[in-house]
Amino acid sequence: MKELSFDAVVIGGGAAGMAAALELDTRGHSVLIVEREATLGGILMQCIHNGFGLIEFNEELTGPEFAQRFEEDIRNRNIQTSLRTTVLDIREEGGLKAIYCVSPSQGMMRIEARAIVLAMGCRERTRGNIRIPGTRPAGIYTAGLAQRLINIEGFIPGKDVVIIGSGDIGLIMARRMSWSGCKVHAVIEILPYPSGLTRNIVQCLDDFGIPLYLSHLVTNIYGKDRVEGIEVTPIESGALMHEKAFRIACDTVLLSVGLVPENELSRNAGIELQPATNGPWVDSTLMTTMPGVFACGNVLHVHDLVDYVVEEARRAGANAAAWISGYRPERELRVKAGPNIRYVMPMRINLERENRFYMRSLIVKNDARLEVRLDGAVVRSRRLAHVQPSEMLSLMLVPEELSAAGRDSTVEIALL
Amino acid sequence: MRELICITCPLGCRLVVDTDEHGEMKVTGNRCVRGEQYAREEMFNPKRVVTFTCAALLPDGSVPGPRSDLPRRVPVRSTVAFPKEKIPELLDALRGITVRLPVVRGTVVLRQALGTEVDVIVARSIASK
Amino acid sequence: MDQFDVAIIGAGVCGANIARKLSQYELDVALLEKEVDVSLGTSKANSGIVHGGFHDHIRTLKARLELRGALMFDRLHEELDFPFERCGILVAALHEDEMKAIEQLYLQGVENGVIGIEMCSRERMLELEPTLNPDVVGGLYAPSGGILEPYRFVFSLVESARNNGVHLKTEFEVESATREADFWRIRAKSGQEIRARYVVNSAGLLADSISAAFGAERFTIVPRKGEYYLLDRSAKAKPSRVIFPVPTEVSKGILVIPTVEGTVLIGPTASPAQNKEDFATTREQLEHVLHTARMMVPSISENDVITSFAGLRAVYGSDFYIALSEKAQAFVQVAGIQSPGLTASPAIGEYVKDLLKKAGLRLVEKSTWDPYVHKVPRARDADPFALDALVAQDPAYGDIVCRCERVSEAEIVAAIRAGHTTLDGIKYYTRAQMGRCQGGFCTYKIIRILMRETGMSFDQITKRGGGSFILKGSL
Repeated sequence: MKELSFDAVVIGGGAAGMAAALELDTRGHSVLIVEREATLGGILMQCIHNGFGLIEFNEELTGPEFAQRFEEDIRNRNIQTSLRTTVLDIREEGGLKAIYCVSPSQGMMRIEARAIVLAMGCRERTRGNIRIPGTRPAGIYTAGLAQRLINIEGFIPGKDVVIIGSGDIGLIMARRMSWSGCKVHAVIEILPYPSGLTRNIVQCLDDFGIPLYLSHLVTNIYGKDRVEGIEVTPIESGALMHEKAFRIACDTVLLSVGLVPENELSRNAGIELQPATNGPWVDSTLMTTMPGVFACGNVLHVHDLVDYVVEEARRAGANAAAWISGYRPERELRVKAGPNIRYVMPMRINLERENRFYMRSLIVKNDARLEVRLDGAVVRSRRLAHVQPSEMLSLMLVPEELSAAGRDSTVEIALL
Repeated sequence: MRELICITCPLGCRLVVDTDEHGEMKVTGNRCVRGEQYAREEMFNPKRVVTFTCAALLPDGSVPGPRSDLPRRVPVRSTVAFPKEKIPELLDALRGITVRLPVVRGTVVLRQALGTEVDVIVARSIASK
Repeated sequence: MDQFDVAIIGAGVCGANIARKLSQYELDVALLEKEVDVSLGTSKANSGIVHGGFHDHIRTLKARLELRGALMFDRLHEELDFPFERCGILVAALHEDEMKAIEQLYLQGVENGVIGIEMCSRERMLELEPTLNPDVVGGLYAPSGGILEPYRFVFSLVESARNNGVHLKTEFEVESATREADFWRIRAKSGQEIRARYVVNSAGLLADSISAAFGAERFTIVPRKGEYYLLDRSAKAKPSRVIFPVPTEVSKGILVIPTVEGTVLIGPTASPAQNKEDFATTREQLEHVLHTARMMVPSISENDVITSFAGLRAVYGSDFYIALSEKAQAFVQVAGIQSPGLTASPAIGEYVKDLLKKAGLRLVEKSTWDPYVHKVPRARDADPFALDALVAQDPAYGDIVCRCERVSEAEIVAAIRAGHTTLDGIKYYTRAQMGRCQGGFCTYKIIRILMRETGMSFDQITKRGGGSFILKGSL
C-alpha cells in the first residue's frame, strides 16, 4: 500500500475542493486534491448552461468554463491531484488524519494529513425518498442523471417528459430537453411556490410554455416496461383532492426533488451531522467535530450558487491553513436559527474576526426584515425586498457589533 | 401593461412595463438600471444565451466510444445573448457541427451565427486522450 | 432440435435448485426462463429469509421441506457465492394476549425439532434486540433463522448448474407442448422448440397456465401482493435480528429485516393483486408497512426510505403442491410455493429429484460434478490490504463505480460476463444502483461498461429486457 503525506488533503475536486486547495496553496501548505472522477470540476462539467460566476468573475459563464478557470489555476500552481481515486475511509491515527483511498493505477493509498477539507458535494433525492407509489418501469431518472446522459454522453433518455419537483436542475433540464427535441409536458411541484430560482422559471419554463403545477403531488407512476404516464393530484388546504386527480401521458419522469449533502464518509468517520442541513456540525471556522477536518460547499449545506460555494470553500481552506499553523478560535458564541430561519451556517460566531453567514428562509415574503439579536437585543436589522426558501441569504457580522457579548451569550438570526 | 420578472441577477425583480401619457415605455419594480434595460430588451428584442453541445470527434475522425474516457459531446455557447426567435434555427445549425479533439475553450465553432454578430464558442477545453 | 432428459420451466429459486440438483447426474437438463435473466419473478422480491421452522406444523409438506432446507444453507453458502448469515429470528408480542400464540409457536417449533428455540421475557427480548419497542411483553427466539440475498442465491445456483452442464435458455416463454412417443415437444413463443423426456413445472405465478399447456391438472394460482420499503444502511433503526410480529391466519405479518448487505427491509403486506403483472405499490399499503413496522421498531423513519417495491406470492391452497402429475406423463408440478419457499427450495430440489426417479428417470452420479463456483471478490468486503492486492491483479477493482454500495468496475464486468446484461441484472448481481442514490451517479457508467463489454448499442440497453429501454435517442 502506497503511503503519502501532505499538510492538507482536500476530498473532492469540484468547485469547493478546488477553491479550498488554492487557498491552502496560497498560504504555503502542501495540498492534495483527491477526486473520484477522471477530471476536476465535479458536477459543473455537466452543467453546460450559463449563469455561473456573476459574483466570482462578474460575468456569466457556463459550468465547464467556471470549473476550468479554477482548474487552470490548480495546474499552473502545480497543486497535486489524484484523479479516479475514491476515498474509502478517514481515520485518526497517531495524532494525524489518515485517508484511505483507492485508484486503478495506484491501488490502495494511505495519505497522512494534518488537516482535511471535505468537499464531496451532494446527491439528488430519489423517487424512494419522496415515496411515489406505482410501478417500477424504465424511464424514471434523477434530473442530474438525465443531464449527464444528454450533455456529456450524448444520449436522450426520453421524448415525452414530466418533471417532478421544481428544483433548479429540473428547470434547467426542462429547457435542455426542449432544446434537444423532446416535449416537456409539465413540471409538478408539491409546494405552493417554486423550489428553483426565478430566472430559471422564466427562461426554462415560461419561454417554452411548459406548465408548472404548484401544490400538486404525483400520486402514481404507470407503465410496465417503460413509463406510460403519471397521476397528479391537486393539494388544497393541505389535503389531497383525489376526485380532481388527472393523468399525464409520458415516457419519462425526471426527478428534481432536492439535494442532500453526501456525508457517508463523514458519518463513518464519526463526524457529527446536524438534521437541518444533513451536513456536518461546524464551528466558526467551518471545522467539524473531528478536529482538523473542515467542510465546505454542498457537502456542508446545499447552496444555490456556485459563487457562494467558492466563497465558503476559500474560508474553509484559509481556516484549515490557520489550523495547521496553530490557530484556534478563542471566543466563540453559539448562533441560533431564529423565527423563519431554517438554519444558519456556520453555527458559531468568532468574536475575533469578521464572520460570513449563510441562511435559508423558511418562508416566502416580500418586505422582510432580517434581524441579528444578541441575547434578545437587536444588534442589526436589514430590510430584504423579497425572501424565499430557494434563495440563500448571506450576512456579514463584525466583532464590534457584538461587543456587548458575554461568555454565555447567544446570537440569534431571525426573519420577520 | 405587462409583468416581467427580471432575470439579470438572482434578485428577480418583478417588473411592470407600462406606457405613460406620452406613449413612452415606463418600467417600475426594478431595483437597478439593468432592470429597465432588461424590460426594454424583453419587450422589443428578446434574447437568450444559447448553450448546447456539438459532437466530439477523436483526432482520427472517429466518435469516442465506450472504451474512451472522453466525452461524446463538446459544450458550446453563444458569446452573448442571441435573438430568441432564431434559437431553433441556431440549434439546427449546431446539430450539424462536429468538433475535433483536442479543443481549447473559446474556439469559435460558428462565426456570426445566422447573420448576427454572435459567435458560438467551445465552452470546455478537452484533451484528445 | 435440442433434446433433453429434463426440461425445467421457470428459473426462479425452485427451478434453480432443481437444476443444480439434477446437474449432479449424467443428464441433459434445460432450464427454461421466459425473462431475459433468471430470478426476475417472485424470487427477486421477497423477504430473503431462512425461516426458523416454527411457523408451520411438521405434518405439512412445507414445514418438512422448510426444516430440511434450512439445514442445507451452510453447505450451500460454502459452495456457492451468495451472502448468508444466521442472525436469528425474533417473534415479538406487544400485548399480553399475544403470548398465548407465542407459546403455541414455541411448542410447534419444539415439536418440529428446531434447535435452540427459546421463549423470551421482555428483558430477554430487549437484550437480544435493543431497537425493539420497549413495550414488548415477550416473545420467541429462533437463533438458527437467517438472512440472504435471494437473487444472488438464484444466480449462484444457476451458475453452478451451468458449470455442471445445465443449459439455460432465457427468453424462452413456453407456449405449448405435445406428448410425442416418450418425450414432450415444447414450443416457445419465439417459435423455438425443444424436446424433453421429463418436464418440471416450476413456473411460479404461471404454474397454472403451464400445467394447462401440458394437459395436466387444472388449478389456479392467485397472485397475492407483498409491498416492501428498503431503508438506507445508515438508518438508526437497524436491528441485528429479523423481527416478526405474532402471525395471523393469512400471513406472517410485517417484518423488520436487517438485510445481509446492511440495509433494512420492512414488509411485506398481503393484499390481492389485480393480475400477475401487477407489481405496483400503493400509498395505502406502504403507509401500513411503515405504521406496522414502527410498532415493533419505533425508530424507523420515513426519511430513511430509499426505495419501495412489490412482489407477488404464487398462492394455491395452504400447502406446497409438489407432485407427479396424475394426468400428464412424466410431468412434475412444483406449484403454490409461497413462504417459506426460499428456505425450502434446496429441499425442494432433492424432493423433485426423487419424484423424477420414481417416475422412471435414471440417475447416475457424475464423477466430475463440481459443487463450487468461483467467488467474485467484492470491493466492499475487502480490507485495505486485500483491496490493494485485488487492484494489483485487476486495476478495475480500483475503479469504484457505485459509491453508495462500493461496487468496483471489476464486479460489474464479472456480472456482465456471467450473463447479466441488463441494468437490473447487474444491480442484483453487484448491488450497484441499489444504494441510497438509486443509480443517480452510476447508471451512465454502467451503460458505458455494458456497451464496451457486450458491443451493444445505446438503444439495446434495457432495465430488465423486453421493452424496458433506458435511452430513447442519441444527439
